Amino acid sequence: MAQPTVNTWEEFMEGVWRQNPVFVMVLGMCPTLAVTVSAMNALSMGVATTFVLICSCALVSLTRRFTPKEVRIAVYIVIIATFVTAVDYAIQAISLALYDALGAFIQLIVVNCIILGRAEAHAAKNPPLPAMINAAGMGLGFTIGLLALGTVREIFGAGSLFGFTLFGEGFQPWVVMVLPPGGFFVLGSWLLLFAALERRKQRKLAEVQGAPKNV
Amino acid sequence: MSESAFQIFINALLANNFVLAMFLGLCPFLGVSSKLDTALPMGVATTFVMLVASLCAYGLNLLLSALGLEFLRLISYIVIIASSVQLVEMVLKKYSPTLFRALGIYLPLITTNCAVLGVALFQTAREYDFIQSMTFSFGGGAGFTLALVLMASVRERLQLSDVPSVAQGTALSLMLAGILSLAFMGFAGLGG
Repeated sequence: MAQPTVNTWEEFMEGVWRQNPVFVMVLGMCPTLAVTVSAMNALSMGVATTFVLICSCALVSLTRRFTPKEVRIAVYIVIIATFVTAVDYAIQAISLALYDALGAFIQLIVVNCIILGRAEAHAAKNPPLPAMINAAGMGLGFTIGLLALGTVREIFGAGSLFGFTLFGEGFQPWVVMVLPPGGFFVLGSWLLLFAALERRKQRKLAEVQGAPKNV
Repeated sequence: MSESAFQIFINALLANNFVLAMFLGLCPFLGVSSKLDTALPMGVATTFVMLVASLCAYGLNLLLSALGLEFLRLISYIVIIASSVQLVEMVLKKYSPTLFRALGIYLPLITTNCAVLGVALFQTAREYDFIQSMTFSFGGGAGFTLALVLMASVRERLQLSDVPSVAQGTALSLMLAGILSLAFMGFAGLGG
């Protein structure tokens, strides 16, 4: 990740797909599982996190020359906490219902490993623009991950999507999906699916090349 | 706030277990739970940090409220937590270098453990008094340790069994966590 990439698109897509924070790196699990009971919550959480991610990466990158090595983590955390406080107050002002639904997890964005990880691994070594692009990609990847969980859990658990009812009267909600265990099960199933796809791809590749490839 | 200290403790330990019901502290839960030998010390270290952080956060909240500086709450909490982690790290390094090495990268990561910040934030949001805060953080820490130890024991057993190779790794851990979480739902309603 430290390589100075010139290809902006690649930099962006890295976070969205190849290094997807939710499915590949398995980072930032707590908000991922806690707020994804509905697609709307998942989307707002993703947007809030993306905003904090882009802003803090930009600031970390701008100040990277003046930050002493020894205290850099503390500096990053204070920067992140500042933006999170701003987001916290903003959400409270925009929609109180959303604020209540997300609860303490807005403030807990501070300790989301993705943000600190990006600040340390990328923003601290790159100029502001690439850092922001990379952060935007990661944020989008995180949002997609949250949505993937949120939609599945909302459809099964409440029979709706973004608040619109999908099924008829006879629908019996699969309640466990919106309860804590559902979060674990759905994420586990997504990971299983991706592992299986990866396995199939490797097998096909091996067939084509005639030799097993170790990736 | 009529909850008794005992109710808060049981609630934080079982019915609203930090890891399995409130999704706090999942990173160490998935990362350090592969061996029982490291899971237990990790749990104890986190519990200790939680107690210290909760104590400091309580005092700090009084101070910030008195000065009308509530918007600084989040920033000051996280700084306090980072310092107490540093303290635990130094103590461990001095008295138990083996353990210090075993915990490795996960020790500084307690700083970014949502469970620790979660304790501080929840006790503020619920306006717990001093005794309630301390019981809450202790119960939460004990619950975290319990979940970690349970998970580690199951995972140690699983290493001997024949798991489909696709399911190995994180996916399997998550499925396990889901089943544990289902089991913990049975505690719902306990402690009112």
